[in-house]
Amino acid sequence: MDFFVLTLVIPIVSGLLLTVVGERAWAPNLNIVASLGTFLASALLTVEIVANGPRFAFGEAFFIDSLNVFFVALTAFVGLTTSIFSGPYMRNEQEHGKLTAPRLRLYKSMFQLFMFTMLVALTTNNLGILWVAMEAATLTTVLLVSLYRTAASLEAAWKYFILCGVGIAQALFGTILLYFAAERVLGETGNALLWTHLVDVKGQLEPTIMALSFIFLLVGYGTKVGLAPLHNWLPDAHAEGPTPVSAVLSGLLLNVALYAILRCKVLADGAIPGGFAGNLMMGFGLLTLVVAAFFLSRQRDIKRMFAYSSIEHMGLITFAFGMGGPVANFAGLLHMTMHSLTKSAIFFTVGHAAQKTGTQLMEDIRGLIRINPVIGWGLMLGTLAILGMPPFGVFASEFMILTHAMKHHPWATPILLLALGVAFAAIFGKVQPMVFGETQAKQLPHAPAITPVFVHLAIVLMLGLWIPPYLTRWFHEAARMLG
Amino acid sequence: MSTVPLSAQLINLFASVILLLSFAMLAQRRVLALINLFALQGLTLCLSTLVVAVTTGQTHLYWSAGLTLALKALLLPWILHRLVRRLEVKWDVESLIKVPTTMLVGIVLVIIAFNVALPISQLSSTISRGTLGIALATVMLAFLMMITRSKAIPQVVGFLAMENGLFLAATSATYGMPMVVELGIALDVLVGVIILGVFFFQIRDQFDSLDIRHLEKLKER
Repeated sequence: MDFFVLTLVIPIVSGLLLTVVGERAWAPNLNIVASLGTFLASALLTVEIVANGPRFAFGEAFFIDSLNVFFVALTAFVGLTTSIFSGPYMRNEQEHGKLTAPRLRLYKSMFQLFMFTMLVALTTNNLGILWVAMEAATLTTVLLVSLYRTAASLEAAWKYFILCGVGIAQALFGTILLYFAAERVLGETGNALLWTHLVDVKGQLEPTIMALSFIFLLVGYGTKVGLAPLHNWLPDAHAEGPTPVSAVLSGLLLNVALYAILRCKVLADGAIPGGFAGNLMMGFGLLTLVVAAFFLSRQRDIKRMFAYSSIEHMGLITFAFGMGGPVANFAGLLHMTMHSLTKSAIFFTVGHAAQKTGTQLMEDIRGLIRINPVIGWGLMLGTLAILGMPPFGVFASEFMILTHAMKHHPWATPILLLALGVAFAAIFGKVQPMVFGETQAKQLPHAPAITPVFVHLAIVLMLGLWIPPYLTRWFHEAARMLG
Repeated sequence: MSTVPLSAQLINLFASVILLLSFAMLAQRRVLALINLFALQGLTLCLSTLVVAVTTGQTHLYWSAGLTLALKALLLPWILHRLVRRLEVKWDVESLIKVPTTMLVGIVLVIIAFNVALPISQLSSTISRGTLGIALATVMLAFLMMITRSKAIPQVVGFLAMENGLFLAATSATYGMPMVVELGIALDVLVGVIILGVFFFQIRDQFDSLDIRHLEKLKER
């Protein structure tokens, strides 16, 4: 049994199946079972790759190594927990009259197709197909962002489509330039976009073309990562779409886009002497971090605020990978994992909190701990975790990034500390009264699925205290691959 | 001066026509005429790809020329025409900035594009390398069109024109991308336009208009 094939086949088949069967009582369970199947397949694939090393699939069309199998496993895991969370959440939305049965059907099938496009983007060996899959990921989520059909959600979806479309067009131009540079070395064999071939000849690629190509790729895929100044679509799409969509956009799509940049950076580093690509990423990362931190304090909508927090963390991760080297890459990968798990957990609790209080405005959400201690504590702990409080895992990765920056790029340290401090003050100051304080919330018809929140937070906590040696080896291997 | 072969002259001619059509689209205020100009641009792109294919004997370029013809000159304009009719879009397109100003900005963009493309074209050995600057200029003009238009359909036409420019870049810098990638891109564009079509109906149901100035409420306060 080829676990890789299963990892790709389950989401696309179930996506089509969910379209056909429509909205039945058991459709959410089918969604969960499909996600569970994808996750199990990806877990077994991970075991196989860690044991036997990198391998190809379907000729040289797909390439799985320890770097992308790590993202595959993470994507499938968050996909699974999100599908568990979305069952009761979407039912509640339906009872509130916000969604109809056809739209629930659209949501479920698009969710699975979205997972499929991300898994293809992660595992493909062809940088052209990577682009195609990234664009397809945008397309599958546009109608999800506008699922409520409100004026605001339509606007958010339109912005998302146009900004990401323009951004990703830049990435296509970058890919064309990369192909042009590669063709001069590899010839017109059709292999010139295969990453495994490119990485062998990366030292011979023409530096001027590669520099221009990397700029276009960074700006293009950076739009999807949410790097400033092209981050405007992100808060809108996160705030106006349904919460499970916010969770996967924030926890997964941003990672996949960053993964695309990382693959290109390996090539650019090989071709261009002097750390050009790294410096560019450090610059964009710092700018994003600072911009997001200062926008955080101005937010009134809770999902918007956490969307800005995602931008902030993506900036920090981009900065970490920009520094490069085994330690920074390790920290970057760890932080990506921590951010995915923590942020999706936060969005799960935020979704339930917003349902209970009937609003996303933070000043109207009060006293969560009294109506539902589990949701209240979930939000509090999630917030503490994302703000980098010990003993959660985010602390470990942020600490590593900071110490590495102090050692190699001391000029950046004050900027990093300032931005993280501002973000802490902004978020904590707003979450604290939401959790504690007087309340006016109501009971929900369907009990919220709160397990995913605590599963995520427990993993983040565990990784903050103790990273299993198995995982450390795996991270080291992946970090080494990034150079 | 060495003589330039006929095929290279033809390619340059077609590329110039594409650039001219970009300017025409920038100036065009009527939505149906705009779609026709876009179809014409797709047709020119197909012809120029065909010339490159004949000259170089690259078989996959015939396929991509056919794909361009089917998708960009026929199918997409047809879908857009249908959309305009179904949505009963009657009003004219209007620009946020006056047309002459847009034109002047466009000329500056073309000069920038040629300067950026110069070092790359010099490294290229393909027959159509001179057109890389034009390709980049087309992308930038399409971008300008998206910025200056306030209605949804012209913005989408701008988006598709950008795709045309990128395709021209792919055939001029290299002899086209690998077939599987081109097919994937074509599929994405097609699905994108269909999803946008659905989306237009949602926007119109909500706002009774396709003016995207209705879509400027979400801002940082």
